Amino acid sequence: MKYYRSHILVGINEAAKQAGVDVFVNKLQDQISTAGLADEINVLETGPLAFFGRGICLTILPENVNYENVAIEDIVELVEEHLLKGRPVHRLMLDSAAQFKPKFNYDRRIVLKNSGIIDPESIDEYLGAGGYEAWEKALLNMQPADIVNEVKASGLRGRGGAGFPAGLKWSFTAPLNAEQKYVVVNADEGEPGTFKDRLIMEGDPHQLLEGIMICARAIGASMAYIYIRGEYKLCIARLEKAIKQCHAYGILGRNIFDSGFDLDIGIKIGAGAYVCGEETALIESLEGNRGNPRWKPPFPGVKGLWQYPTVVNNVETLANVPFIIKNGAAEYRQFGTDECTGTKVYTILGDVAYPGLCEVDMGATLRTVINEYGGGMKKGFKFKAALVGGAAGVILSDRMLDVKMDFVSLNQYAAVLGSGAILVMNEHQSIVDMLWSILRFFRHESCGKCSPCRIGTQHLYDLISKIRKGEGSMDDVEMLHTIALTMKQTSFCALGQSPIMAIASALDNFRDEFIAITKK
Amino acid sequence: MFLDICKKYPPTKDNLIYILHEIQDTHPQHYISEEAVQVISEYLAVPVNHIYGVLTFYSMYSTKPRGKYIIRLCESPPCYIKSSDIILRRLKSLLHVNVGETTKDGLFTLELCACLGVCGNAPVMMINDDVYGDLTEEKIDSIIDKLSEV
Repeated sequence: MKYYRSHILVGINEAAKQAGVDVFVNKLQDQISTAGLADEINVLETGPLAFFGRGICLTILPENVNYENVAIEDIVELVEEHLLKGRPVHRLMLDSAAQFKPKFNYDRRIVLKNSGIIDPESIDEYLGAGGYEAWEKALLNMQPADIVNEVKASGLRGRGGAGFPAGLKWSFTAPLNAEQKYVVVNADEGEPGTFKDRLIMEGDPHQLLEGIMICARAIGASMAYIYIRGEYKLCIARLEKAIKQCHAYGILGRNIFDSGFDLDIGIKIGAGAYVCGEETALIESLEGNRGNPRWKPPFPGVKGLWQYPTVVNNVETLANVPFIIKNGAAEYRQFGTDECTGTKVYTILGDVAYPGLCEVDMGATLRTVINEYGGGMKKGFKFKAALVGGAAGVILSDRMLDVKMDFVSLNQYAAVLGSGAILVMNEHQSIVDMLWSILRFFRHESCGKCSPCRIGTQHLYDLISKIRKGEGSMDDVEMLHTIALTMKQTSFCALGQSPIMAIASALDNFRDEFIAITKK
Repeated sequence: MFLDICKKYPPTKDNLIYILHEIQDTHPQHYISEEAVQVISEYLAVPVNHIYGVLTFYSMYSTKPRGKYIIRLCESPPCYIKSSDIILRRLKSLLHVNVGETTKDGLFTLELCACLGVCGNAPVMMINDDVYGDLTEEKIDSIIDKLSEV
């Protein structure tokens, strides 16, 4: 292998593509050659980097300097100053704007350990990072029941929002006798503020594939589908390429590693419906129907896709599995809390210094996540509230900054961890306005199957619009709560049962704001 | 022509979503016509009402002719608190259309959509397959200018 003095990691994601990263990389390489550094400096196009900056972002190793919003015009200076003379270009550096220097805790990462480090389009780099060792172990040295037990013992919970134990889910399907079983990956990420699955798939698609393979072996499925939203073009391209590479290497296909086990993975593209994140609605959509949820039971684990037993798991859930199988459940339990093991990937947005993604142990507090990983509040802004978990989430006030973020601890506060989206609001932003935006979202996304949700979401939107204009009374505010509570008790699926969380938490934590606006 | 697209897929109902995607993407006006629905219905042996049910359920499909460029501006909470409403106002006044309408020259259709998953760069919109982030009013002007030229 060739030895380089420095490596420039270029983060390739949608934002970078938009900023013209393809042309940028060519020009950068030209300039490096012109400077006579082609043998010393390696330019590597990778997935999303450890931080989430604007435009084109670079990390230069081993000095670990992060640049954001780099333009083609900056290339000459960057090469001259940083690469030739060893003086970082301060005006482009990411760290200059932040209160705290954010942590890129690669030593505590499971899901994103390769993201921003390896080339996501190269299976060799994934193999070099220890990839597919867990798959080999699961296929050749473990029985399906051992795999299910290991995942059960790890305490892994579903990362899509509800937090159902993954091993338990698999254990319902594994023993069933059926001519066909399926693994379906829920990559229809639609929760506002959530894009963790996109970053996992863009940054390390093979890790997801490995998780799918292990799950398929555990439950005895010979076919898996990744249901992904149509807007995620880069993810789709990278997954397709990764699947092709696996076939070429004999990691997928017939009689894998001479084990007698067959498996193929297909990609299915959605058409834009939030409700398809609900597992039975997702299955309906896969079958070519409207994405209306089904009655449960029977659960998909027993009768799912085309009435065959089907395990539906979130992208992040499956991306945890290779680690568990490779290192064992006990090692996995070193991460997180006793009841909620492992790590959680968050997307931190809004008025923090570094909007972006991070992977943190379960049970870290909101304060830790915002300060240590989001770089604290943006200069000149004060924390007011955080919307945690997206639209189907809760609005937390500063009183709750020290609550542990895991499924169990948040439950005590009638809050949810949800999908891991954290939207931070400053003191000038209005909670009423935020709630209006959330309820508008639900009105649009209700699928219309059951009347509590179809009619309820419209009423909620009408009421909050009236309150927002200053024309409402406190009775209207109470009515919001009553309707949402009724919806929680009577709606067919989780969508209609969700608006109560944002409404109740907004009223609990910021009632004064509603009193003020209704008095006008 | 519609039948040629259909025939790329086995005639099973689960392929309906892909056939609709491809017919819409290859149509210069980015929509699915009544004629197309008839053809799909016969090819898949699925009733017309089922196809319309699916077609009108998913936000990416349209039954009305649309422009060459489809602007989909995100209106979900993360973009909303980054003032996506100001961007919307700018787009409306620049293009002289309301949401759901197409400009007279048939170039742009303005739509709103739910979270596109690029919230780190809010406010965000998509024009056809391309994502545009960190939008400002000035940026909108130059994007629209650029696309209007070609």
